[in-house]
Parts: sequence; structure tokens; C-alpha cells
Amino acid sequence: MREAGMSLIVKRITKITVSLIFLFGVYIVLHGHLTPGGGFAGGVIIALSFIHLVLAFGKEVALKRLSESAVSIIESLGGLMFWGIALLGLTAGAYLLNTLPKGQPFDLFSSGIIILCNIAIFLKVGAGLFSIFIAMAILRIPEVDNKENR
Amino acid sequence: MSLYLLCMVLFAIGLYCLLVKKNLVKKIIGLVITEYAINLFFILLGYRTGGEAPILSKDVVVTNFVDPLPQALILTSIVIGLGIMALMVAIAMRIYEKYKTFDINEIRRLKG
Amino acid sequence: MIELHVILILMIFAAVVAMEIEDLLSSIIALGAVGIGLTLEFLLLRAPDLAITQLVVEMLSLIILIRATVSVGTHYKKIKTHLGYFIFAVIFVAVFLWFSYQAIRQLPPFGSPIMKMGSQYLAEGVKKTGATNMVSAIILDFRGYDTLGEVTILFASVIGVLAVLRKTGKKS
Repeated sequence: MREAGMSLIVKRITKITVSLIFLFGVYIVLHGHLTPGGGFAGGVIIALSFIHLVLAFGKEVALKRLSESAVSIIESLGGLMFWGIALLGLTAGAYLLNTLPKGQPFDLFSSGIIILCNIAIFLKVGAGLFSIFIAMAILRIPEVDNKENR
Repeated sequence: MSLYLLCMVLFAIGLYCLLVKKNLVKKIIGLVITEYAINLFFILLGYRTGGEAPILSKDVVVTNFVDPLPQALILTSIVIGLGIMALMVAIAMRIYEKYKTFDINEIRRLKG
Repeated sequence: MIELHVILILMIFAAVVAMEIEDLLSSIIALGAVGIGLTLEFLLLRAPDLAITQLVVEMLSLIILIRATVSVGTHYKKIKTHLGYFIFAVIFVAVFLWFSYQAIRQLPPFGSPIMKMGSQYLAEGVKKTGATNMVSAIILDFRGYDTLGEVTILFASVIGVLAVLRKTGKKS
């Protein structure tokens, strides 16, 4: 029986690099209004770090860490948060108005609504792309797995 | 000017691949090449010679920026292209599971 | 701007290779080369946001495409196309290229765009939003409605993939 995942060297190195890639993705999202990046690039990087875990260890290990129902709840939370921020602007004037206080420029918490929107987009994009990959990895095509058919 | 024409040649290569090839995966590749060419064309329209990236910094004062509006629109378009490609590949996997081939002549012949 | 021309010619060459080669895995790798060339072009055209996003989206597309095709076997017998298809496609592409040449002649020359809205966004962006990355300020504050539409499209595509791949194949 084929054991899941890749060889031992890949597993050892994956334990180190997965947390580094996750941290880099979070950094790009949080500094989206100061340096290039933003919610979309950071969300794809987070999804790539979880896919790295699936490719190196097999999907059971990764699904134990973050099950499928948790992923779909996170994605819906991201979408609802973005929509809630938009409605919050409705109470103060127009739809999607930038209402929260803006601090000094070049600070981390300046620019009002933009950092909250970046976090909402990051949750939604990361969880959505990871669930697409899990759906594709679970589907088994029946002709592929018997080797004498080549 | 010649850059715009080379962009259109890349678009035409993707379009030709979408029309002529008979394998489903080759058609998906053709559509992706088309989309790359159009994204590049928009950013070429917004470039100013000698301009800098549209990000302000604390101690350097820059007066010559490139146009930030096409960049904002194409950022959306790149992520949408990923969503389109994921759905096309999912449908292609389903078709392979049912008909056991990627060739569209065979798929047209065996129905149901 | 000779380096822009050189990278674009390399991208065209890689696209022709991706189109003509018979092995599916090799043509997917050639598509990856086109994507990396596009990342370099975005960096040379002073768009760092787009370069980061294009690079990671390219990696994810390659992983998805390889998942779909390598597992089903990459050998593929050569399929003959009728001559009629071939001639029709060549005539269509030639007409398209002639019309696009006529349209491109009317554009402003390369390197001097008409920045009617762009200059206004750059002049008062920091005062109105407080962010210093102008592209983020545009997509999340000045044109936030477009971002809401894009989040909806991504949501629809995720639901579509999960619905198409719903019934898992023969479980082992």
C-alpha cells in the first residue's frame, strides 16, 4: 500500500516552511495600505501554505488541522464581514463610505475602513481557494488508480 | 506602438489555439493565453515614461507617477481569471470521468 | 525600452510552444513560462501589486492544471483536423489583426497617457483616505463597489466547483 505524502526530507522541511509562508501572507495583508500587496495576494499566499501541507503530508493530516466545515464557515464569515462594513457606511451617509477615524499617514492603523476590508477579503479568498483544491483532491477517477491500465 | 502590436499577436495566438485544437486542455490553455495578453495591454496603456510606482513614501518626494487606475482594474481581473480557470478545469475533469477521453470529436459522438 | 520588447518576444515564443507540443505536461510548463514573463513585464512597467498577485495566481493555476491532467495520463494521440477548420481559423485571425492595427493607430503614443482621473486620485488620495498605497486606496475606497462584485464572482465560482465535483468518484 502506498503511504501518503512525500519522502522524509520533504516532510522535515515542510514543518519549518509552512509557518514562515503563513506569517509572510499575514504580513502582506496587514500592510496592504502601506506597501504593495493587499487582501487578494495575501489570501492566495495563505491558501498556498495549506496546499503545501496537503501536498507534503497527504490530505488526512491537513484535514485534521482544518476540517471542511470549518473552511466553509470561515469563507462565509469573510463575505458577511465585507458586506457588514459596507452597510455600516450606510448609517453615516452613503453605501461603502469611509467612516472610521483616519490616523496619521504611514501608521499601521491609519486609513479607516481599508484594513478591515483587507482582512475580510483575505479570509474569503484564502478559504475559498483551499476548498476548491480539497474538492479536486478528493475526487478519485477510477481508471487512474490501477496501474496495469497504462 | 510596436508593443501594442506584439500584444495583439499574443492574443491572436491564444485565439487560434482556442479555435483549432481538438483537446479540451489545449482549449483551456488557449483561453488563459488570451487573458494574459489583454491584462498586459491595459497596463501598457497606462505607462508614463520615467514614472514611478504609485506608492508614496515618507522622505522622498516624487512628482511623476504612472497611472494607478488601470492597475486597480487589472488586479480584479487577474483574480477573476483564476476563478474562471478553476471552474473550467472542474468541468473537464467531470467530462473525462464520464467519457474517458478529452477529444471533442469522440465526446460529440458518444452521447448520454 | 528594449527589454520590454525582448520579454514579449520570449512570451510569444513560449505561447507557440505551449500550443504546438503534443505532451500535455510540457505544454502546461510552457504556459508557466508565459506567466513568469508576464510577472517580469509588470515589474518593468512599475506595477508591484500586480506582479505579486500574478506570480502567486500563476503558481496556483499550474497546480490545478497539473492535478487535472497528470493523473489521467499525458499521452495523447494526434487528432487530424479538417482542412476547412484550419483555413477558416487563419482567415479569421488575419482579419482580426488587420482591424486591430487600424484601431491601434488612433491611440496616444506609448509613454504619455491621458491621466484625467488618475491625476485627481493621486493628488488628493492621501488627504481623503489616509492610505499611502494608491492602488489599495482606489480598489477599496474610491471604487469599492467593483471589489464587492469581484468577491461575489469568486464566491459563485467556489460554489460552482463544489457543485460540479459533488458526487465523489468510486471511493477506495
